Amino acid sequence: MPQATSQQTIGPYWHLILHPEWADLTRFGAAGEQITLTGRVIDGEGAPIMDAAVEIWQADPPADAHFPGFGRAPADDAGRFRFVTLKPGPVPGRGNAWQAPHLALAIHARGLLRPLFTRLYFAGDPRNEADPLLGAIADPARRATLIATPTAAATWHLDIRLQGAGETVFFDF
Amino acid sequence: MNDPLPFRPAAKGTQPLHDTPAYGSTSKRHPNAPLLAFAHTLTETTGPRFAPAHFPALADLSVARGKSALGERIIVAGRVMDEDGRAVPNTMVEIWQANAAGRYDHPNDQHDAPLDPHFHGEGRVFTDAEGRYRFTTIKPGAYPWRNHPNAWRPNHIHFSLFGTGFAQRLITQMYFPGDPLLERDPIFLAIPERAARERLIARFDLGLTEPEWALGYRFDFVLRGRGATPMENT
Ligand SMILES: [Fe+2]
Repeated sequence: MPQATSQQTIGPYWHLILHPEWADLTRFGAAGEQITLTGRVIDGEGAPIMDAAVEIWQADPPADAHFPGFGRAPADDAGRFRFVTLKPGPVPGRGNAWQAPHLALAIHARGLLRPLFTRLYFAGDPRNEADPLLGAIADPARRATLIATPTAAATWHLDIRLQGAGETVFFDF
Repeated sequence: MNDPLPFRPAAKGTQPLHDTPAYGSTSKRHPNAPLLAFAHTLTETTGPRFAPAHFPALADLSVARGKSALGERIIVAGRVMDEDGRAVPNTMVEIWQANAAGRYDHPNDQHDAPLDPHFHGEGRVFTDAEGRYRFTTIKPGAYPWRNHPNAWRPNHIHFSLFGTGFAQRLITQMYFPGDPLLERDPIFLAIPERAARERLIARFDLGLTEPEWALGYRFDFVLRGRGATPMENT
């Protein structure tokens, strides 16, 4: 039976498919609680990953013609990225479980032979306590690498560290 | 509510390792901690919806600013299927590539090769109801990089696919048959299984070739299947 096609790095010139407006998931007129997500992508020496592509996907609110649920943003010279989207609500988990509000993130860059997948949760949300995925990470410091913190009104920040101290929890997808 | 069907893990040896020393840029960019495995949820089993009206097709890269690009005109076409043989219809396929001289129309590409004002190098289409896609472009040139002495990337076209669930996200590169640089390329060679990496080499297809116009290359994609691994029959 056929096997899934192999991944290869996105490389340093992926900006040919960059459309900066994709970082605003509300651009087609979707209504809801608008939030800004910011962060940095950092390598094992603390250096910014200037050629990273950051992608977000959220299952809630449900994607439709006015809300793609998906965004792509470049990291800048300081490794910073920025999205505008709608705040997700809780999403059904497996069985009878519910998942706390979250987004999926995919990180692509030169030197990443396949994407790195992680999630972004929201600090202070009481539903985080019962989230099955967060609950599967025993070390609170590791768990914290998935939890964005508020930095301004309706603005949340999460740094993505690919390696070493404070390394983000990435998924075996 | 029924649990969504998870995607199956990749077959052994078919995906590159994050830590691949022969590709120097992986050294500070691969996680050290083990990746966290968990059962897929709605977040992983569903994916973006791109209303085609908002994402117009760019199927012909061979003409820009009203004139033909320099280089060998080619047609690249194929099907997007999943591991269970099902077509993946209406899914976005993006490509980007260097021009015929091996230069990207990108400010960070300083390779001493000419830019072509009639070639930009971005494409985007959606698959049809049978999962088929098709681009017209020009054959990209090889280009040097600094991974090791006298390093050159084989001719390649970058591809990005989405599928029906975010865990099917695929970023890859399509190569050309007979390229002597393939066996020297640490990115291509990072895929452990020879058979898997050779599936990244397009096939020349005379049936796809248009007389007195363009050579045809066929390149099919397989995205991850859902559910338990079917029993091997043989
Ligand atoms: Fe490339």
